[in-house]
Amino acid sequence: MAALMIWAAVAIAAIVAVGLVRVLCGPTRADSMMAAQLIGTGGIAVLLLIGVAAGAPAVVDVALALALLSAFAGVGFVLGGARR
Amino acid sequence: MSWALDALSAVLIGAGVLGFFAGTVGLLRFPDTLSRLHAVTKTDNLAVGLIVLGLMPQVDGVGAALRLALVWLLLQASGATVGQLIAEVARRDGAPPAEPAASGRRDRGPRP
Amino acid sequence: MTAWFDVGLALMALGLAWRAIATRRAFDSTVAFVIYGLVLTIAWVRLGAYDVALTEAAVGSGLTGALLLGAAHRLERAPADEDRPSAPLRALLAVACAGVALGLGAVVLALPQVEPLQAVAAASAAEATGLLNPVNNVLMAFRAIDTVLEKMVLFAALVGVWSLAPDAAWGRRPGRRFPPAAEGPLTLFARVLPPVGVLIAAHLLWVGADAPGGAFQGATILAAMILLVRLAGLADAPPVSSRALRLLIVLGPAAFLGVGMAGVVLAGAPFAYPAAHAKAIILVVEFAMLVSVAATLALLVVGPPERAQAAP
Repeated sequence: MAALMIWAAVAIAAIVAVGLVRVLCGPTRADSMMAAQLIGTGGIAVLLLIGVAAGAPAVVDVALALALLSAFAGVGFVLGGARR
Repeated sequence: MSWALDALSAVLIGAGVLGFFAGTVGLLRFPDTLSRLHAVTKTDNLAVGLIVLGLMPQVDGVGAALRLALVWLLLQASGATVGQLIAEVARRDGAPPAEPAASGRRDRGPRP
Repeated sequence: MTAWFDVGLALMALGLAWRAIATRRAFDSTVAFVIYGLVLTIAWVRLGAYDVALTEAAVGSGLTGALLLGAAHRLERAPADEDRPSAPLRALLAVACAGVALGLGAVVLALPQVEPLQAVAAASAAEATGLLNPVNNVLMAFRAIDTVLEKMVLFAALVGVWSLAPDAAWGRRPGRRFPPAAEGPLTLFARVLPPVGVLIAAHLLWVGADAPGGAFQGATILAAMILLVRLAGLADAPPVSSRALRLLIVLGPAAFLGVGMAGVVLAGAPFAYPAAHAKAIILVVEFAMLVSVAATLALLVVGPPERAQAAP
């Protein structure tokens, strides 16, 4: 089972890494932001899979911290860059 | 029993990986910003939800399973909020709506 | 399989680092830097350094993103800097930066192959302090004086930031004011998230005794929650002249320093703990530091007072 989880983690990492194209090419700032959001979500899924596969609850805590703060950059993008 | 749980986990995690694949394809291939946003927010909800459901039988104890569920709930909340905020930015930056209201859907297009 | 994963991670980290410094738009650079933080978090997990991964996750996705976006916003508003440095000067800067990087790399490669920080000793000291997490044993017992000084550095940094305030604004509320937003997704989010954040920060402080976590990671998360409430316009920071705010900021360092000095009398050496109550004392000090570090980090990101008029 652990091997399957690692495979899934590698697959997700490879898939969302392709989304970097949108970060690099845009075309709009909104596209960069949502690509960053997708990569963040993918990173959290990768951490959950690695953590459960390795039986390390601390990694789930790392994912928890990332999930809690995952909106933070997005909120900052919108308010810092766009509001008046 | 444990082989059944393992099979369930494998199916759910596999479906979650497919969800990420679909979200990324949508992000890369959909024609305009708001459609792409639609694809990305589905990933936050569905793909991570499937992975979390798939991992739940594999952890020891209710506490660990609840922490996995909390990760998913937090991502739901932040995905919904950031989705709204990004759509606001996209509209301000002048992204056209996905389709004119002629399709008969009850969506509130950009207000004048 | 996992080797390829690690190679991919390293390549992504390098590519994103290059993007963050090579792009000319501050916004693109910040996006690249935030994703770079995520890649580094996963890299630390792969290296088994869960404490560092937790710190990188909390600082990288919470505070530095907000700090850099604030800076990018200011740069966009400021008049563009037209005079580019001359080509020889730029070449000199490139050589100097590369020299620093190569020097650091050489130092890392030249490190002696011995156990750094006596990790074995730290791990075996668990009985003495009651903490099973060797990282926290080092932070709170073995190198307590370093940790106190780190908190003092944060305090000094805040004094430095506040010293940038113009005279007319001194004593007023720090940072620019975020108008109370109309009721919307962000306001709801900023009301729902902080209670969960407080819970997770307390969890990290508590498990920090025996597992990866601790006061600094918890404080970073609390600071992010404070900033979220402020960004949503639900609350403003107190004036920097507020006595309560200043007491809050010195509470943690003062408690740590006080306990450290009391160790001379109670345990025979500065920063020694009476063995019977070591864990309880450390938890009290960590709680005081959690509160102070959270307030200090949030105020560092908010910036100096700059509003000449009192907010209406």
